[in-house]
Amino acid sequence: MSVPAPGAIDCDIHPALPGMQALVPYLDEYWRAHILMRGLERDNYTASAFPPNAPINCRPDWKPAKGSAGTDLELLRAQALDGFGTRYAICNVLHGAPAVFSEDLSAAMCRAINDWLAAEWLSKDDRLRASIVVPMHSPELAAKEIERMAADPRFVQVLVWEMGELPLGRRIHWPIYRAAERLDLPIGIHAGSSYRHPPTNLGWPSYYLEDYVSWSTGFAGVLNSLITEGVFVEFPRLKVVLMESGVTWLPGWMWRADKTWRGVRAEVPWLEKSPAAYAREHVRLTVQPFDAPPRADQLQRIIEEIGSDEMLLFSTDYPHWHFDDKDALPDGLPEHLLRKLLVDNALKTFPRLSP
Amino acid sequence: MARHVVAPASEIAPGKSKIVDVAGRSIGVFNVNGEFFALINRCPHEGAPLCIGFVLGRFTADRPGEYRLERHGEMLRCPWHGWEFDIKTGQSWCHPESVKARTYQVEVVPGEALAKGPFVAETVPVSVEQNYVVVEL
Amino acid sequence: MNVAVIDRQPDISSQTKLGIVDCDIHPYTKSPADLDQFLSERWRKMRASIGGRSRSPFANAPNYPRMSPFTGMRMDSYPKDGTHPGSDLGMMQEQLLDLFNVSYGLMMPLLGRGADERNVEFGAAMATAANEWEAQVWCDREPRLKAGVQIPLEYTEAAIKEIEKRAGDRRFTHVMIPPRGLEPLGRRRYWPILEACAANGFSIALHLGGTSGHPSTGGGWPSFYHEEHPSYPQSKEALVTSLVIEGVFEHIPNLRVALVEGGFAWLPSLTWRLDKHYKRLREEVPHLKRLPSEYIRSNIWVTTQPIEEPERPEDLLATCEWIGWDRIMFSTDYPHWDQDDPRYAFKAPLTEQQKRMVFRENALAFYGLE
Repeated sequence: MSVPAPGAIDCDIHPALPGMQALVPYLDEYWRAHILMRGLERDNYTASAFPPNAPINCRPDWKPAKGSAGTDLELLRAQALDGFGTRYAICNVLHGAPAVFSEDLSAAMCRAINDWLAAEWLSKDDRLRASIVVPMHSPELAAKEIERMAADPRFVQVLVWEMGELPLGRRIHWPIYRAAERLDLPIGIHAGSSYRHPPTNLGWPSYYLEDYVSWSTGFAGVLNSLITEGVFVEFPRLKVVLMESGVTWLPGWMWRADKTWRGVRAEVPWLEKSPAAYAREHVRLTVQPFDAPPRADQLQRIIEEIGSDEMLLFSTDYPHWHFDDKDALPDGLPEHLLRKLLVDNALKTFPRLSP
Repeated sequence: MARHVVAPASEIAPGKSKIVDVAGRSIGVFNVNGEFFALINRCPHEGAPLCIGFVLGRFTADRPGEYRLERHGEMLRCPWHGWEFDIKTGQSWCHPESVKARTYQVEVVPGEALAKGPFVAETVPVSVEQNYVVVEL
Repeated sequence: MNVAVIDRQPDISSQTKLGIVDCDIHPYTKSPADLDQFLSERWRKMRASIGGRSRSPFANAPNYPRMSPFTGMRMDSYPKDGTHPGSDLGMMQEQLLDLFNVSYGLMMPLLGRGADERNVEFGAAMATAANEWEAQVWCDREPRLKAGVQIPLEYTEAAIKEIEKRAGDRRFTHVMIPPRGLEPLGRRRYWPILEACAANGFSIALHLGGTSGHPSTGGGWPSFYHEEHPSYPQSKEALVTSLVIEGVFEHIPNLRVALVEGGFAWLPSLTWRLDKHYKRLREEVPHLKRLPSEYIRSNIWVTTQPIEEPERPEDLLATCEWIGWDRIMFSTDYPHWDQDDPRYAFKAPLTEQQKRMVFRENALAFYGLE
């Protein structure tokens, strides 16, 4: 079905860094000298999880005449914001900075991206909000960056990739969640990998299509980890937002995770509720790319199986290419869900959208 | 409803159990710290012989990583899928409201009283000197 | 969820009357030395000295400790002599084959570990020994049991030799491949093995397992069995994705694949996702001539265990409908802890026709039995 729905909140759009050169003014003196000495400003450090010119990452009519999709503020304004009648849109920068192996260099690049985003995007259109890019492999530096950026209320979320060095539930990450919970920032977990491990447990696939399909299986692993390790027991106010991997895989995951819990819960006795119950309370999902079934009655059944009208968040995934024209939502979504999906759920998920 | 003598009380020591056949049903009789309880020997999930499972405490935690074992000997873990049941109530740990193993009334009765009846004691010889476990169904 | 209390002796229900086919049974040795009679002196010595070496930290235990003894066996399956559950034919007959009137049981032995042994020559010898053991110790004594051909996955020549050796032997119905090999199974390095399966009339059974050395998730190794156990469906999803997208079914159209011990509720969503993204990225995979969903429909079957248990039981029937009732085959996974009982596995009622298909006819056709 066609959006706009004036006032909708788009929870996943992707302004893109034109290149490392753009970050140079935002680096501190030390890291600017370091990066220029090594010539890193000439490399782009684009995340290999998102080749910018792959058709799925670059809708043809959203590509600027010059440069990669997502690099042109005016186009993004016209297409993503005006185009869908968006009240707020949350910018998630998918640059390779968080995957840089040196924690310190990674942190320096993340800081520069956040400052670049604030100056060159957020300050130029007050509909734009953003996620804080962090070096997830250094929980200490990541928490520090969260503290620093949280001073700017336009940053409404922390951004991490689903596949990094360690499963996201591991206790080593908890300083990040502690800071995020305290500062009213959900953890936005985006599709993608820093490729420390193959994206599937069978090893390295041949094709990008396989990687792309694997993102939602990665999310199942993320949920297993976050819930099992007790992240939501330790941080009862924390929300996580799973971005860019569809939603129809969720019921099957719930049934299986709950089944395991009934027999195995004694291994992790802090879980007082079933995995599905934790998910319904703490997990949100952006809808694009919507992995819709062929028939509307199937979609309605799946929405019922998900069992909560608070979990789904509207997104266009601009400028990625999952739909044409303005057909940002599948047909057959129940009326009562639409308003929540387009607006209310986001307002509840991101406290910083309601100052 | 009849009352069935299933064992001398001394036969089932604290922490132990006995599986008995009563009126065509297999039933587990448990001695939990001196108190007797009876459960159907059939898991409500997929029909496993529930009462041969491990008798355990309640594994719990105040927060992740802080483990605690409480209510020693009060939980029964299904020998197949590991569902845990409260021996005293039959309630399942995971779904106490909706999943229950059937329980039966149990009492300990002196042999003297048994002589007066009415009790069914087909397989357990009764003497007046002992106490007996009696299951009602 | 709501579960009816089962407080009566079970009926012998219609699915057991009709003679079921159980698509996942695990026989075990009483002792690892049981394979010695099928090994040459060199490999007997190797087995007793260095032993098997897979890509995992423990010599004789899984990465993730199970929640019940004998690495997760149902606790009423221990033979009286103290040997391993699943090692006693009489007990297996009593608890499974006779009790449920099983017409055929497809064996998926998880021993020998020939498939992922790092010393591939040793792996080949262990696979051969395990196959002899299956045929002689099990099939010859109990003809209802059908053997799976174990192969050393990373030693192509030996694997093909083993497949060809068992072709035509009616005791063997399938080639057994653990999905977690060194690389995703759809990669070209495995095509000669898959071709040999199809050419020799074998279906392949992809039972979860294998020690690829790759973590269970793309984000690293989980901490708990509570995460590992529900990661099996993701392994299956990756497997389907690999086989379909790498072009295996375009290259070997008559290859028939059963996915064992992964449940099945994940399959419809995966199918929709594959079709959706294929449409966008098809230029990358011009070797595909049909939609991914069409290859899945024509070449892939699923087994039921561990059957998903939705909050509303009837949702599982819709899932079956979306997959296709003719592609779903019942399995118990005896004697593992998470095995399913054919009388109670489905919590919503199946029609007589659906029962016949799931509990019997689909598997007879798939494995070429009767």
